[in-house]
Amino acid sequence: MADMTAPAGGPVTGARRPRLSAAAREGVAGWLFVAPVVVILGLFMLLPILMALWVSLTEWNGQGSPFRAGVPFVGLDNYARLFTEESLARQDFMTSIRNNFYYVLIVVPAQTVLALGLAVIVNSRLLKGRTFFRAAFFFPSVTSSVAISVVFLFMFANSGAVSGLLNLFGIDGPQWFSDSRGTLHLLLGALGLVDPDAPPAALTDGGPFGLSWWEWLSGPSVAMTTIIMLVVWTTSGTFMLMFLAALQDIPVTLEEASRLDGAGRWQTFRHVTLPLLKPTLFLVLTLGTIATWQVFDQVYVMSQGDPAKTTLTPAYLSYKTAFRNFDYGPGTAISFVLFVIIVVLALVQRWVLRDRDAVPRPGRRTRRGKA
Amino acid sequence: MAVSIGAAPRSTRERRRTGGSAGARTLASTFAGYFILIFFALVFLYPFVIQIANSFKTEPDAATHPLSPLPDPVTLGAYEKVFLNTDLPLWLGNSLLVTIIVTVGRVFLDSLAGYALARLRFPGRAALFSAIVAVIAVPGVVLFIPKFLVLNQFGLYDSYTALILPVIADAAGVFIMKQFFESIPVSVEEAARIDGAGVFRTFWSVVLPMARPALLTLTIISFQGTWNEFPHTLVAVQSPELFTLPRGLADLVSGSLGKGTQYPLKLGAAVLATIPVAVIFVVFQRYFVRGANEGAEKG
Repeated sequence: MADMTAPAGGPVTGARRPRLSAAAREGVAGWLFVAPVVVILGLFMLLPILMALWVSLTEWNGQGSPFRAGVPFVGLDNYARLFTEESLARQDFMTSIRNNFYYVLIVVPAQTVLALGLAVIVNSRLLKGRTFFRAAFFFPSVTSSVAISVVFLFMFANSGAVSGLLNLFGIDGPQWFSDSRGTLHLLLGALGLVDPDAPPAALTDGGPFGLSWWEWLSGPSVAMTTIIMLVVWTTSGTFMLMFLAALQDIPVTLEEASRLDGAGRWQTFRHVTLPLLKPTLFLVLTLGTIATWQVFDQVYVMSQGDPAKTTLTPAYLSYKTAFRNFDYGPGTAISFVLFVIIVVLALVQRWVLRDRDAVPRPGRRTRRGKA
Repeated sequence: MAVSIGAAPRSTRERRRTGGSAGARTLASTFAGYFILIFFALVFLYPFVIQIANSFKTEPDAATHPLSPLPDPVTLGAYEKVFLNTDLPLWLGNSLLVTIIVTVGRVFLDSLAGYALARLRFPGRAALFSAIVAVIAVPGVVLFIPKFLVLNQFGLYDSYTALILPVIADAAGVFIMKQFFESIPVSVEEAARIDGAGVFRTFWSVVLPMARPALLTLTIISFQGTWNEFPHTLVAVQSPELFTLPRGLADLVSGSLGKGTQYPLKLGAAVLATIPVAVIFVVFQRYFVRGANEGAEKG
């Protein structure tokens, strides 16, 4: 084609169709097509990460360029401070890890179970109006996280809608956003195991990473439970759609055969449907874990880490450290530690939930472990 | 969907054959099913009812009857205040500008790259695709400070460019488009190429028109994502003149204007931030659904 159209003729045609083989032209076109995306992703994904790695090793304060000669280089100090030194920085960081841990522990199972349950019911062939219900459950997922956080702030305000609703049932609700009490503490207190106001010295005297055992065992604070409810409410819809798509791929005859064989509804679900949903279930759990370790918007709008730092999360802490305290080095270090946490958890989860019937890829895992 | 509708009568018939008690059980479980669906529909939708209703209430009314879906009296006071006393019109304009440019940019750039990765043979294609997949996997939260560093270094911080340029191409969109282009037959393109059309010409006038469903899906998820985008605006701009709607709303809630409760005002602003996506959701629901499931595939 190139030979026919580019006979080294007039300058106009020569410029438009240079003398290249078809393969070379396709190669050039290929790179031209991907160039904008490569440039954007390179400049704003790859380069930032490299730059941030450098900043995390310095004490840059935001003035001028971080590559200036005067910027103090501190090596791994910003990282070490998060784990080893007895300091406020470590205490805040560990508190944020604790908060986020409890948050993940509740949100991921709750949204997965709710999404699966709703998908099964919406998928039921005997019910009408499925399109409407599917849309209703999915709608919160597409709305602005900031806007919806404002709505939840209003609903959970003191003497707000939720308190009013609880009052209808004779329950005196808590002051949601100003209540820093840990729910696990409250539970232990309610069971009469421990007095939350005077916890035993064995728990308060020591503990790992600058927090006492008692502090580690707080559970999510009452304030955090509002963010938990908000997030379960907003994300379940998306995961429901994933389950729904998977359910619709299951042949109707398979479940019916099982029912005709005398299996009950639950048995059919447990032994026929659920195994077929396994890949989707794993995906939902993994996506959920990755997303929940990054909770930020809701914390920013609803609580800013308060009360008593019980809604502080690593993502918010890293933002606050960098942009409020202008400690860019430590802030960046926190975000890289969070990065590692997310990657490690995703890999561990993939390994734990791996399909045991599948043939494992030989030899790769052991070699990776040393790197 | 068609399959399940066709199957419904058959399964009822089979169940009926097993006897009257089974029929009663089916009825009971149908009832239970509707009960659960309606209960959760209320749980998922009533907050929006509260949001809209309270934005039309007076402040004392919102404070004393937050649960009521009926404002008494109905007032537009909150909306008047939102438009006259806050910078919301400005935020709305910024949001529209940024969202439209980013959406158009993403759809065009992502389909270009997706097409190249699906169809054109060029050196480094496989490696580039792996890199794109790796980029999808990078948790966004880790990039807050890094993005700021780069924008700051290039002198772009606090500008429209900072709001738009870093997000004008996205790896997930490239992935979706690549998957789509791989699913359509090559023969049409080959015919066009044999007729002498260049690569871009083939892409533009032959392939893109066939890609309408995928383009629409990408347009909608890009619009929704950019309209709702919040953290990027935090690290890209600081001047109130450059705030988008989510950023302005967050500022309204936590900042100086948020003095007192002023809930009708805040909820009114939140309603305005929700409306565009809600309208698109109602009109293009199935593309949203498709978008969510594309997301599942890429994971």
